[in-house]
Amino acid sequence: MSTESQTPDEQPEAPERIEALPEPEQPEPRPNFMRLFGRYLSEANSVMVTVYSLLLAFFIGAVLLIVSDEYTRSTWTYFFARPQDALLNSWYLVRDSYLALFEGSILNLNTLDKFIAGTADFGDLLRPLSETLTYATPLIFTGLAVGLAFRAGLFNIGAQGQLIFGMLGALIIGFSLDLPIWLHLPLAVIAGAVAGGLFGAIPGVLKASTGAHEVISSIMLNNIAALFLVWAISTQFLHSETSSQLVTKPVDTSARLPTLLSSLNETLRVNLALVIGVVVAIVVWWLLNRSTFGFRIRAVGFNEHASATAGMHIGRTYTTTMAVSGAIAGLAGAALALGVGASGVTNNTALEYGFDGITVALLGRANPGGIVAAAVLFGALKAGSLSAQPDVPVDISILLQAIIVLFIAAPALVRAILHLRTPRGGLVTLEAKGW
Amino acid sequence: MRLELKGLTKKFGSFTADDDIDLVVEPGQIHAVLGENGAGKSTLMNMLYGILQPTSGEILIDEEQVAFSGPGDAIAAGIGMVHQHFKLVGPFSVADNVQLGREHTRTAGVLSASAARKAVLDVSEQYGLRLDPDAICEDLPVGVQQRVEIVKALSGPKTELLILDEPTAVLTPAEITELLQIMRNLAAAGTSILFISHKLKEVQAVADTITVIRRGKVVAELEPTASESEMASAMVGRAVSLQVDKTPAQPAEARLEVKGLTVVSGAGVKVLDELDLTVHSGEIVGLAGVEGNGQTELARSILGLIKPDAGSIAVDGEDVQGRSPARRIADGLGYIPEDRGRDGLVAEFSVAENLVLNQYRDRPFASLGMVNAAKVHQQAVDSIAEFDIRTQSPDESASSLSGGNQQKVIIAREFSRPRRFLVAAQPTRGVDVGATEFIHSRLIAERDTGTGVLLISSELDEIYALADRIAVIYNGRIVGEVAPDTPREVIGRLMVGGQINAETEADATTDEPNGGDR
Repeated sequence: MSTESQTPDEQPEAPERIEALPEPEQPEPRPNFMRLFGRYLSEANSVMVTVYSLLLAFFIGAVLLIVSDEYTRSTWTYFFARPQDALLNSWYLVRDSYLALFEGSILNLNTLDKFIAGTADFGDLLRPLSETLTYATPLIFTGLAVGLAFRAGLFNIGAQGQLIFGMLGALIIGFSLDLPIWLHLPLAVIAGAVAGGLFGAIPGVLKASTGAHEVISSIMLNNIAALFLVWAISTQFLHSETSSQLVTKPVDTSARLPTLLSSLNETLRVNLALVIGVVVAIVVWWLLNRSTFGFRIRAVGFNEHASATAGMHIGRTYTTTMAVSGAIAGLAGAALALGVGASGVTNNTALEYGFDGITVALLGRANPGGIVAAAVLFGALKAGSLSAQPDVPVDISILLQAIIVLFIAAPALVRAILHLRTPRGGLVTLEAKGW
Repeated sequence: MRLELKGLTKKFGSFTADDDIDLVVEPGQIHAVLGENGAGKSTLMNMLYGILQPTSGEILIDEEQVAFSGPGDAIAAGIGMVHQHFKLVGPFSVADNVQLGREHTRTAGVLSASAARKAVLDVSEQYGLRLDPDAICEDLPVGVQQRVEIVKALSGPKTELLILDEPTAVLTPAEITELLQIMRNLAAAGTSILFISHKLKEVQAVADTITVIRRGKVVAELEPTASESEMASAMVGRAVSLQVDKTPAQPAEARLEVKGLTVVSGAGVKVLDELDLTVHSGEIVGLAGVEGNGQTELARSILGLIKPDAGSIAVDGEDVQGRSPARRIADGLGYIPEDRGRDGLVAEFSVAENLVLNQYRDRPFASLGMVNAAKVHQQAVDSIAEFDIRTQSPDESASSLSGGNQQKVIIAREFSRPRRFLVAAQPTRGVDVGATEFIHSRLIAERDTGTGVLLISSELDEIYALADRIAVIYNGRIVGEVAPDTPREVIGRLMVGGQINAETEADATTDEPNGGDR
């Protein structure tokens, strides 16, 4: 511990509440709002650490943009002769890059001009947001899956594999049955959750029965799932009848997730899975904070010994938590198979959503609300970087993600860089136990 | 060395941990600092050892003012500290542990094992502390590990003042006697000792001067001739009864019957060896024994956390083998675990959540898989009032409570539900005088309602104060069941594997009745 953190701060004395106040004339001493706000800003609490992590990441990203751009770099070689060249070029580069990310993920200013001029409709205006939410949707699920396991002290690295099995489960129900939409779609979604849940339960069972560490077993299961997917796509049962590419049969229209905004514009891809994701986030919050199951998850996550002494079944808690976590990751797979991948799943449909879920859960500090926000942020970075290609290197968004997580995971670093004060309860870091 | 503290004050935010502390330790003196948990003892010692910096006030060594920015400064100034929780590297040898941080090296930084060994032997010889420099620390008994800590503290460049922070908390009675003798020898050799404790008998036995602190302030300077109740009331701030009032037990039917219980550890050692024990309704059976003789395994077997390899456990005549811990708890088994931080509480949970930790699924605290927060809160408010748990609110985390209040949370949890049998393991460990008094009276009241109580304690005083019958455990077996008026020496002998009847003069005289044998 640094000595700095122990120096007593002059805490503003909260006005003492006096019972049965005899003098109503006395104006209540109001805490100066600006002072309290400033104090909050200069404190390394978890909200401000997140905000500063984002700002620092964009700053470092800007430096890297400048360094990696050949022309801008060359202007710095004659900095002392013509400093304005270097400074202006750097500014333009950073401004244009970040603007391109913004236009690809939130609002395209060109489209806005066209919209005002009447040559673009409202749907065109929403396209960047729709893309952001489309990429965010699977991340909401995988983030929640990893976050829920975190709370039980489990590090579920296997979300990627669970997602793949969820994708296959939803896909198989999605093309093989002939049912009306009100039955077919829910069934396909549930099949995804069940497949993911069963696959997710494996590391839980292994841990409960043999003590095998879930990190090791779930990493290995990811590889098994990825290779299984490639094999499965090539089987006659799944492989597309019309294409020679490595792609599966399309999902029946009765099992496809309806898009939310296509009435505005055909190209708006965001679909019902986003709503399901938000609902699942609320359910997970309820489960953790209001249910006896969540009580057990949190108790075991904090202290398995005391939980066992209180009569809780530790192994069963691990198994069920991993199964539920896997089921949520499986929903991400269902969202992909029945949504953006409905015309045929390839071995590329899953991208890295399962792994990105780990960073989303970390960024959201394993809280459902935080996870949804983090998933939207990562979705925005993804959508922005894809649309800004090739002007902005696609790696910049991965870089930004990495730097953000680095700072979030090391709040002491943020505090040291910005000379923030240590908050009352100390710095908050998220850690998985038993690792 | 003469140490003087003048007006030493430490504030954490608006909280004053130590307020204007004056204290003088004369050379070669044993100065005891007595105080309840949370009175500010540890903060004081941490300032002396350079871990914390005082807010105001002065530390003078031999009339010269000093300022420590870290333990390194304190060590250089001649202060050595033995922490309550040992800071040893288990797999290292004694010599390696003693040279930790100031390794003896030859040229080019090569470690010199012989120099390290010699340094240990020199210190052990100088102060009469027997130690094998090549022994591996984690294999040593706790008392010997502590001796390693003392030698480590003494082998500083010029250690003249030794701080001992609650040194007897983990020791057996025999080891405590030995430690107190070591302290006397050290003092006689000119080392000043600052002795932190809340155990009155030990303080009485060795201290030359006693400073009592309460809520960060010095409230009394006492002579060692002061009576125990004088010291206790100074610590607590009110009159304290050290005697537990109890009526004779009314034992009725057998509550717990353990027959032939055998538990084999992973290493193949029989930690419980055909143990037989019966506890009746309405009596407290004290299980005396040196720690590590199977007490933990017995308690965990009764709760169902360990599956015994042989034997039976019956509660009220019904065999409970095969029932889950949850079922046994629901059937009325109470358990106060010996290690409350590990087994008793979820530190990050609120006081309210901890109070329902083993009944969170039961009505009225939950229904249909949903926790009823209002009922949990109400239960917490009631328990806090009834058991006098000092907390700012039921929503405060358990880790913010002092040790005594954490223990009260566990006691409240176990006593707030229907129960038939209670296993209380070290119920007052690390708990101050006031809370101990409270816990003892609750245990007696519990007995009088007809609950059977198995009291597992390594403190003979506690066993004597509470037990209606004493069983002594040694090597996983009950080696004797005796009446509560059995002399200390007899039980002490049983605890190390001796016989009840070997009351010949040779052994009986080794224990001095100086109070250091608790």
